[in-house]
Amino acid sequence: MTSQAATQQAATPQAANGPATDNTSSAVDATPTAADSRDIAEYALRLGDDALVLAQRMGEWVSHAPELEEDVALTNIGLDLLGQARALLGYAGSLTGRTEDELAYFRSDLEFRCAHLMCLPRGDFAATIGRMLVVAAYQWELYERLSESADEALAGIARKAVKEVAYHLEHARMWTLRLGDGTDESHRRMQVAIDDLWPLVDELFRTDELEQQLASAGIAVDSSALRGPFDALIDPILADATLTRPDVPPAAGGGRHGRPSEHLGHLLAEMQVLARQFPGASW
Amino acid sequence: MESTTPAGAPAADPARDAARDTESAEFDAVIAADGRIEPRDAMPDAYRKTLVRQMSQHANSEIIGMQPEGNWITRAPSLMRKAILMAKVQDEAGHGLYLYSAAETLGTSRAEMTDALLAGTARYSSIFNYPTPTWADMGAIGWLVDGAAIVNQVPLCRCSYGPYARAMVRICKEESFHQRQGFEILLTLSRGTTAQHEMAQDAVNRWYAPSLMMFGPPDADSSHSAQSMAWKIKRFSNDELRQRFVDMLVPQAEALGLTLPDDGLRWNEQRGHYDYGDLDWAEFKAVLRGEGQCNAQRLAHRRRAHEDGAWVRDAASAYAAKQATKDAARQEVSAA
Repeated sequence: MTSQAATQQAATPQAANGPATDNTSSAVDATPTAADSRDIAEYALRLGDDALVLAQRMGEWVSHAPELEEDVALTNIGLDLLGQARALLGYAGSLTGRTEDELAYFRSDLEFRCAHLMCLPRGDFAATIGRMLVVAAYQWELYERLSESADEALAGIARKAVKEVAYHLEHARMWTLRLGDGTDESHRRMQVAIDDLWPLVDELFRTDELEQQLASAGIAVDSSALRGPFDALIDPILADATLTRPDVPPAAGGGRHGRPSEHLGHLLAEMQVLARQFPGASW
Repeated sequence: MESTTPAGAPAADPARDAARDTESAEFDAVIAADGRIEPRDAMPDAYRKTLVRQMSQHANSEIIGMQPEGNWITRAPSLMRKAILMAKVQDEAGHGLYLYSAAETLGTSRAEMTDALLAGTARYSSIFNYPTPTWADMGAIGWLVDGAAIVNQVPLCRCSYGPYARAMVRICKEESFHQRQGFEILLTLSRGTTAQHEMAQDAVNRWYAPSLMMFGPPDADSSHSAQSMAWKIKRFSNDELRQRFVDMLVPQAEALGLTLPDDGLRWNEQRGHYDYGDLDWAEFKAVLRGEGQCNAQRLAHRRRAHEDGAWVRDAASAYAAKQATKDAARQEVSAA
């Protein structure tokens, strides 16, 4: 089923000449210029690289899950993320003359644009659930808004993705409750997981000039505007799970701007090894 | 479940014996009429035991079989191949789940079957003890291993035990999709660069004979076949199925532009089938004994996943128990 969906991902480049949404106060013409296209591609790469790197981490779980049902569920989530990555990379590539595979397999870690949180090693099941909770909550807030984008291609990808991440969020919420309020051992591990990833959460909500420009054109979502809704979604889940929200300083990050996580190079070395042994080959 | 063995049976109980005779006659009549035995129907202990052995072995094979292909998920050479491979391995976990559930209808729990697998007392298909050193192994497993599984399993859709037969209908549909995906991987490699073509041929060279041995020993040496055929669990002999598989492979190998590593392979006009060379049954037995390249690795991986997940399963049980206590307390309050 999902493998059939996986073959439908060649996101068609949109002429992006659809009507601009009227809800932007600055009456910006949403028809992208050539420069806009490069910016949109860069924005799509950020979202696509997040999804791709996290899909790769989920793929590492296959046959290692604590029960068979979780092997099925984690793979399903990985497949959703991979589908989102393919759509976003395919779209970015269509704007810059590259294929999804050229973008995935023939860029270095310095050229990836994912947040550091996505790159953390998979860790134990609590670490995976903790990251899934944070990422799904962030992506849900993001994609819900991006489905209204003036860029029809991004809007279409977001409309599909928001339904998928709603399931990821529910799955992560249920496990956060079970682990947080399960045994002493599971509570300890879940708290450690949240503590360890928390410094990397802030990076998801940092904005920059490129994103601001696209947001003012109604194309992108202002990440900094998502922090409030994210906290409102996450805080009650942590409280119900008897977990403490960490109070720690944010890490510097830099994943969106060519300062990758130390973990990314290792992940890419594994992901890209075969494709790079046979450059130009078809698979 | 196995408390009613005839040997050393307690004092005679004529009423019980008569009831058992009636049940046995009913079972025989259903089998003779090509009907289906359902979970609540009476069945001989040996029939139940055979099915639990076969179905749990089949489920175990799906679960262990996730490893050789899981080995390439993180290194798949294109995003489309990665997605297809993940979906395939996910299907295998799903097959394991339905097969364990179908086997549970016979009164053996999934936990018992899992424990037997981890203890090394229950088997899984020996084919998964072979390694997957190259990407082409993803193609060869799909084409040859899933291909052999389909030839073996399609007749199981008419197996006399209802839950097993119904599970197999769905599994066979998905397996046939997997086989086509494997064929397509090999076709792409075979038509690719010289190095890719060689990679495909090398994988076919390694998987051909083991896939033929998946049908089990020659009929003359097969210990379970005759009774399983009488019970209509099995419909065709090992050698009949193996022949069907070889006849299917030869034209497909030609279409792939790859050769099958078998000097004895030639069309036999008289039989209307392909002859094939002798198989190395000593190797088959050695791998069954645990001397394959990956036997210890596969089981250790499964044990580690199970042990690493123990705290998660404990947490889920503890949480469910807490919720049940809270629900009961709430009900008491609302009743008061």
